[in-house]
Amino acid sequence: MEDPILTRLTSIFREVFDDDELVLKPELTANDVDGWDSLVHIRLILSVQKAFGVKFSAVEMNRLKNVGDLIALTKHKQAAGVVT
Amino acid sequence: MSESLYTELQWLPRPPEDFAKRCRVLREAAGDVGREVRALASFGLDENKLSRLANAIEAVRGRPDALRSLTPFRLGIVSNATSHFMVPALIATAARYGIALECVEANYGQLMQEALDADSTVNRARPDAVLVALDYRGLALDVPLGDAGVVDAAVERALDELRVVRDALRRNSGASCILQTLARPVEASFGSLDLALPGTRRNVIDLFNRKLSAGLAGKEDLLLDVAGLAETVGLSAWHDPALWNIGKIPFANAYLPIYADLTCRLIAAMRGKSRRCLVLDLDNTLWGGVIGDDGLEGIVLGQGDPQGEAFLAVQSAALALRERGIVLAVSSKNSDEIARLPFRDHPEMLLHENHLAVFQANWNDKATNIRAIAEELSLGLESLVFLDDNPAERRLVRDMLPEVAVPELPEDPAFYVRTLLAAGYFEALVFSPEDQKRADFYQDNARRVALQRATGDLDAYLETLGMTITFQPFDEIGRARIAQLINKSNQFNLTTRRYTEAQVSEMEADPNCFTLQVRLVDTFGDNGMISVIICRREADDWQVDTWLMSCRVLGRRVEQAVLQELVSHARKLGITRIVGTYRPTERNRLVEDHYAKLGFTECECPTEGSTQWSLDVANHKETSLPMKVVRIAPNDIHAAAQVESM
Repeated sequence: MEDPILTRLTSIFREVFDDDELVLKPELTANDVDGWDSLVHIRLILSVQKAFGVKFSAVEMNRLKNVGDLIALTKHKQAAGVVT
Repeated sequence: MSESLYTELQWLPRPPEDFAKRCRVLREAAGDVGREVRALASFGLDENKLSRLANAIEAVRGRPDALRSLTPFRLGIVSNATSHFMVPALIATAARYGIALECVEANYGQLMQEALDADSTVNRARPDAVLVALDYRGLALDVPLGDAGVVDAAVERALDELRVVRDALRRNSGASCILQTLARPVEASFGSLDLALPGTRRNVIDLFNRKLSAGLAGKEDLLLDVAGLAETVGLSAWHDPALWNIGKIPFANAYLPIYADLTCRLIAAMRGKSRRCLVLDLDNTLWGGVIGDDGLEGIVLGQGDPQGEAFLAVQSAALALRERGIVLAVSSKNSDEIARLPFRDHPEMLLHENHLAVFQANWNDKATNIRAIAEELSLGLESLVFLDDNPAERRLVRDMLPEVAVPELPEDPAFYVRTLLAAGYFEALVFSPEDQKRADFYQDNARRVALQRATGDLDAYLETLGMTITFQPFDEIGRARIAQLINKSNQFNLTTRRYTEAQVSEMEADPNCFTLQVRLVDTFGDNGMISVIICRREADDWQVDTWLMSCRVLGRRVEQAVLQELVSHARKLGITRIVGTYRPTERNRLVEDHYAKLGFTECECPTEGSTQWSLDVANHKETSLPMKVVRIAPNDIHAAAQVESM
């Protein structure tokens, strides 16, 4: 069965990047997606935070290298119960 | 609910499931997609959906005619913080107001350079307006504590700097500026003392905002009260220090949709697109319960009952809108007699029949009725807001008459007023003496329509009105209202040329310009300024650059009186021909035959959809008109006016 976090992230990515064919893989990076610039990155992170009810610090945001990192961080925050 | 009212724009309907699909379809559609763009923009969209719609708009923008039914507007943006993220939100939101917005951005932090360099990106683009998006962190407002004189000097210095930017933008780009007030930070130095102590951030920013807004009175530049918005939604929510640190983003993204909406309201107002009339449902909107079922004693209204007070608040808000020039009307599914009962006999009613320009109670569907109200008031459907507690009625009116604004309302009537006013339908750039009287004008007009139906014979009816028409060249006193009419009139407007107040003032002094401001008084009251004409001399011709008239005085033979006035001046000035142009727009079909009706002959030189008409001054014959004429010469306002009968 597909990771439920990955499924939700996929719909967030599609909304943010205005691309309904976008397929998420853990190794996907900003370089692989059209229009993934620094401002869209902020919009993406804010959308993820809102959807999962979690909060990332600037340091955590900067450490993210690919989608896999984002999934791991989201899981970690959810587990830590940092739910707003 | 209140915080989400502003983040989610809850007066707008929720976006449909197929929003993304409709955006995609839009990109592929042929022809004018302006209506669909506007329909999609009219949902409560978050930042991601605004971006998606903006992308679709950008994709079709290059296609000729794709956005033809929207009004073009070019906005320059200069900022001392990051502004790039605003652009998609502004573009999509502007479509909500029927505007095809194009944004021209200055580079990050290039406020002064962009303004002063005549060849900068923003100046070269010749924008219609420039948004000066200021953040307190980019201004030199850090001053020592305790010295009011030093604080005052620092604020003046910052305002001077801003004045340099404004003057340079005006000079180099021709555009007016939209200036933001500063949202103050929440972090206090002392606590409550911050308000009073000179030099605290709170104290300095309050002073800056007050001086900035006071300095704009009577000027071309406009105020965008971001400080007011930030206070409304809560300063602690507005400011997100993490976003500032990451990307110099001046406020939390959640507020981007409302920020963009606020900005676009101003732009829409500049283009005469603010709404002017509030149509009210009765049962469960102005009082609790159903008058037809519950009777006079059964409806809930008045002090002492929470629900009764909520409905009183709705009435009180409607009255306050009327005070500032918004026309009120009623549309209710009821028999007329029963619907009027509370207005006549309920002691707690604040609204009375004489506050309403149209009172409509019958069993027709509301869409038909609202269309009839618009006709009765000679207002476009785009000028109307319809307030109704019933979701089914709201949807019907929205579907049938998409031009009418229909706010969604929460379950609890206690929040009706806040929701209605949060939508900002009635944004205005100025409050003129004419506005103070407008509700009465329309009301009298509706009475006139009724009277006209009763009397039947138009000329006999006009005779009974005892009209006096006053002609006067443009002058300083009339300037604000002249500019307002030039920028607001859409229907009776032959050329729809928009001019700023500064341009109007230039015409006053231009010897080649012949100008008229026209006022009309009748037995019902003073209609105020109702027509504006600008003619430009070319050899022995007059080119009619602008001819517009308020629809309030349609069918009163004002046009004929204006023409006679033009002809008589033309003769004195040696003008042999008056040449008029009709430039068609979406909204001025009304005057397609204006010149033909006045006896002009169509010229053989059609240009891009316009028609041109000419009249030989020598051939024009005077006719008798049912009004008295008064002429006021330039600089002669207090002298005895020259009166004659026509």
